[in-house]
Amino acid sequence: METLELIKEETTASKVENISGSEAVMRALIAEGVETIFGYPGGAIMPIYDALFDHDETLKHILVRHEQGAIHAAQGFARTSGKTGVVFATSGPGATNLVTGLADAQIDSTPVVCITGQVFAHLLGTDAFQETDVINITTPITKWNYQVTDANEIPSALAKAFYIASSGRPGPVLIDITKNAQVQKFDFAGYKKCDHIRSYRPKPIVRKEYIEEAAKLINEAKKPFVLFGQGIILGQAENEFKAFIEKAGIPSAWTILGLSALPTDHPLNVGMLGMHGNYGPNVLTNECDVLIAIGMRFDDRVTGRLDKYAKQAKIIHLDIDPAEIDKNVKATVPVWGDCKETLPLLTELVDRKEHKEWLQKFREHTKQEEEIVIEKEMHPSGEEMSMAEVVDVLNELTGGNAVIVTDVGQHQMVGCRYAKFNQSKSNVTSGGLGTMGFGLPAAIGAKYGAPEREVVAIIGDGGFQMTLQEMGTIMQYGAAVKILILNNNFLGMVRQWQELFNAKRYSFVDIQSPDFVTIAKGYGIEGKSINSRKDLKAALQQMLDHKGSYLLEVMVGKENNVFPMVPQGCSVAEIRLK
Amino acid sequence: MKQEFTITVYTENQIGLLNRIAIIFTRRKINIDSLNTSPTEVDTVHRFTIVINETEDVVRKLCRQIEKQVEVLKAYYNTNDEIIWQEMALYKVPTDVIAEKAKVERLLRERGARVVAIRQDYTVFETSGHREEIEGLIKALEQYSLIEFVRTARIAIIKDSKGFHAKLKEFESEQPAEELVENEFLNQQDKVFSM
Ligand SMILES: Cc1ncc(C[n+]2csc(CCOP(=O)(O)OP(=O)(O)O)c2C)c(N)n1
Repeated sequence: METLELIKEETTASKVENISGSEAVMRALIAEGVETIFGYPGGAIMPIYDALFDHDETLKHILVRHEQGAIHAAQGFARTSGKTGVVFATSGPGATNLVTGLADAQIDSTPVVCITGQVFAHLLGTDAFQETDVINITTPITKWNYQVTDANEIPSALAKAFYIASSGRPGPVLIDITKNAQVQKFDFAGYKKCDHIRSYRPKPIVRKEYIEEAAKLINEAKKPFVLFGQGIILGQAENEFKAFIEKAGIPSAWTILGLSALPTDHPLNVGMLGMHGNYGPNVLTNECDVLIAIGMRFDDRVTGRLDKYAKQAKIIHLDIDPAEIDKNVKATVPVWGDCKETLPLLTELVDRKEHKEWLQKFREHTKQEEEIVIEKEMHPSGEEMSMAEVVDVLNELTGGNAVIVTDVGQHQMVGCRYAKFNQSKSNVTSGGLGTMGFGLPAAIGAKYGAPEREVVAIIGDGGFQMTLQEMGTIMQYGAAVKILILNNNFLGMVRQWQELFNAKRYSFVDIQSPDFVTIAKGYGIEGKSINSRKDLKAALQQMLDHKGSYLLEVMVGKENNVFPMVPQGCSVAEIRLK
Repeated sequence: MKQEFTITVYTENQIGLLNRIAIIFTRRKINIDSLNTSPTEVDTVHRFTIVINETEDVVRKLCRQIEKQVEVLKAYYNTNDEIIWQEMALYKVPTDVIAEKAKVERLLRERGARVVAIRQDYTVFETSGHREEIEGLIKALEQYSLIEFVRTARIAIIKDSKGFHAKLKEFESEQPAEELVENEFLNQQDKVFSM
C-alpha cells in the first residue's frame, strides 16, 4: 500500500508541466473529486472560466442567477452530500454577493470553498474597476481565507482550502486569485492533497480521564438528558450516537441543525429544543440531573435565559471545537474531540440502562403538548389550513424519506417541528444565521448533493421573493426540486412577534406576493395554488409525482402562531403552550 | 473582576493574521490597550503581545477563539505577576531647558533616561519601564516644556516559558514553515500590461 502510494507520488512529481494558474485550479478541483461547481462569471475570473470550458465534462458548472444563490446552493450540496461545496464568483460585486452565504456557512459549520477572481496584483489598492478588499471583508466570516497573487501558490493554496474547509469543525474558506496569477504560466509539478498544517489542530486530543469522568456522571445519573446538534452529522457519527443513547437509555433532543441525525420515530427521540421546540425537552432541561450536550453549541435560541438554564444539572459537553466548551454554558466535564471517536469510548464505559420513569416524563409532556398545541395544528377547526397539517400530509406521502429544505420564519419552525425523517443529512435549514432566501438555492444544491432523493423546499411567501430568481437555474439545468410555498400573506414570524410583544402593531409585515404560479410558469416550472383542505393531499401528491421541478402554493391561515414558544429573555422552563 | 492581562500569541508569519486576531477583540467591543508584533527566537514564528483589561473568564474565551485560527500556534494569557514586561518611551525636550535647569538633568538621571539625540534646539531621551514609571516621567517633564512624547506597546516575557520554548524549537525543526508570499507586483505598475 505504502510503496504504491510512493510510486504514484513520484510519477506525478517527475512530470512537470507548464500550465496556467487557471488550469491549475481545474487540476486541483478534479484531484479533490469535485464534480459540481456553482458560480457566476465576470471580468476578474474570466481566465478560470476559460479553463473550465475545456473541462465541462468532468466539472459540471451550474450557472446561478445571483452569487448568493451559488453559495447557498453549495451549502445545500454540502449538507446532503457530506462533501465540500464549491463556488466561483468574480471580484467586487460578485464576491460581495457571497457575504451572506459565507456568514451562514461559518455559523452553521458548512464546508464550502469559494474561489473569487481579483483584479491584477499590481492594481491592488488602487480602487481599480471591481476591486474590493474581499479578504478583509470576509475575514470574520470565513474559517480561513487567502489571496493568491502568483500562480505557483495555487496548488498549495487550494489543497489547504479543501483540507481546512472539511476537517475538524468544517467551515467556509475563500481563495481570492488575482487575474495575473490566473493567466500566469508556471511549472506545475502535480497536485498534492493537504493532510496537515503545522499550526492547525482540526481535532483536539481525546483525554481519557474526561471520558471516564463523564461515564461516571452518566452512570450515577437518575435523569440524564442528551442534547445533540449537527456535530453528529458532520462527524458522521450517527451510528455511534445511536449506540450510545441506546445503551445508556437516555432520552435525546435535537437542535434544528441536529435534526435527522436520529430517526424521528426512534423511541429515545424526544423532540426539538429551543424557542419553538417541544414542551418536554425544554421544561425537562431544567429538571434533568446530567445534561449531555453532543456536537451542539448552546445557541441562545436553544438555551433561552442563560442564568436560568439547567442550573441544577451537571453538564457534559462533547465538542470538536475547544472554543465552544464553556463559551455559553460551563461544562462540569469537557469532552474535547471528534464525537466519532469519543462516543464509542464513552459507550464502552456506560452501564446499560433504561430510564423508564424519566422517559415517561417526556411522554407526559408530549401528551400535554399534543392536547394543547399539536392536535389543533394538525386538525384545525376552521377552514383555513395550518402549516402543520400541510407538513403532516407531506410526511404521509413521502414516508419521511425526503430531504426537507426550509427557508426562515414560521414555516421553518413548523417544518422542523413536524417533518419526519428516517435518515441523516435530510434536513437543510439556515439555523445560526436565519437567512431568508436560503431555501430555494439551498434546495437546488441539496438536489445535486443527493440526486436520487426527493427534495422538498418549504418556503414562506416572504423568503421566496428574496431568491426566486433561482427558478432560472432550475429552468436551465432541470434540478427537480419541489417548491412548497406556505403563503400566509405576511412576514409571519415577525408578525407573530408583533402580535405577542408589540400589541399587534403590524409594522410593515403585510407583504404582497405576485402570482407565484404564473411566475413559475414563466420559468417553465409547472405549478398550482390551493386554498382548500380538500385539495391538499392530491395537490401534494401531484407535486411529488411530477417528474421535474414543481411549485405548489398552499394558502394557509394568515394569523396563525407557532407554539410552543420560549419568549425571548425567559428560561426554557417558562415555555408557553399558547 | 477586570484586571490587566497580557496575551501572548505565537503565530505563523501570515499577511492578514493581524486583522484576524484584532477582530476577535473588536467584534466583542473590547479595547486593545496595547499590541506589539515581534519575531521570536524561532525564525519563522511570530508573536503578538496584546494587553487588555478584562475578567479572566473573558480572556480565557478570547484565547480559545484566537487559538482556533488556522495560523495560530498557541495563545497564552498571563497576569502581570507572571510576566516580565517593559514599555519604552521617547521624550523630546528643549535643549536649553536641560542646559539651564539642573533639576531637569537630575530628574532624567534619576529615572535612568538615556540620551538618544542632542540637537541645538531639542534633545531626545529614552526610558523603558513599567507604564507608571513612564507616565510619572511625562508628568514631571510636562512642566519643563516637553515637546513631544511617544510610548511603545508592551513587550513581555512569560516567566515560566521554558517548556514552550523547547517545544517550539522542536516543532520548527520537524515541520519547517512555508514561505511568506508578498505581492511583488505592486511597485511594477508601469511595467505591467493589463487588460
Ligand atoms: C434576510 C433576512 N431578512 C430579514 C429576516 C427577519 N425575518 C425572520 S422571519 C421573517 C419573516 C419571514 O416571512 P415569510 O418568508 O413569509 O415566512 P413565514 O414566517 O410567514 O413562514 C423575517 C422578515 C431574516 N431572517 N432574514
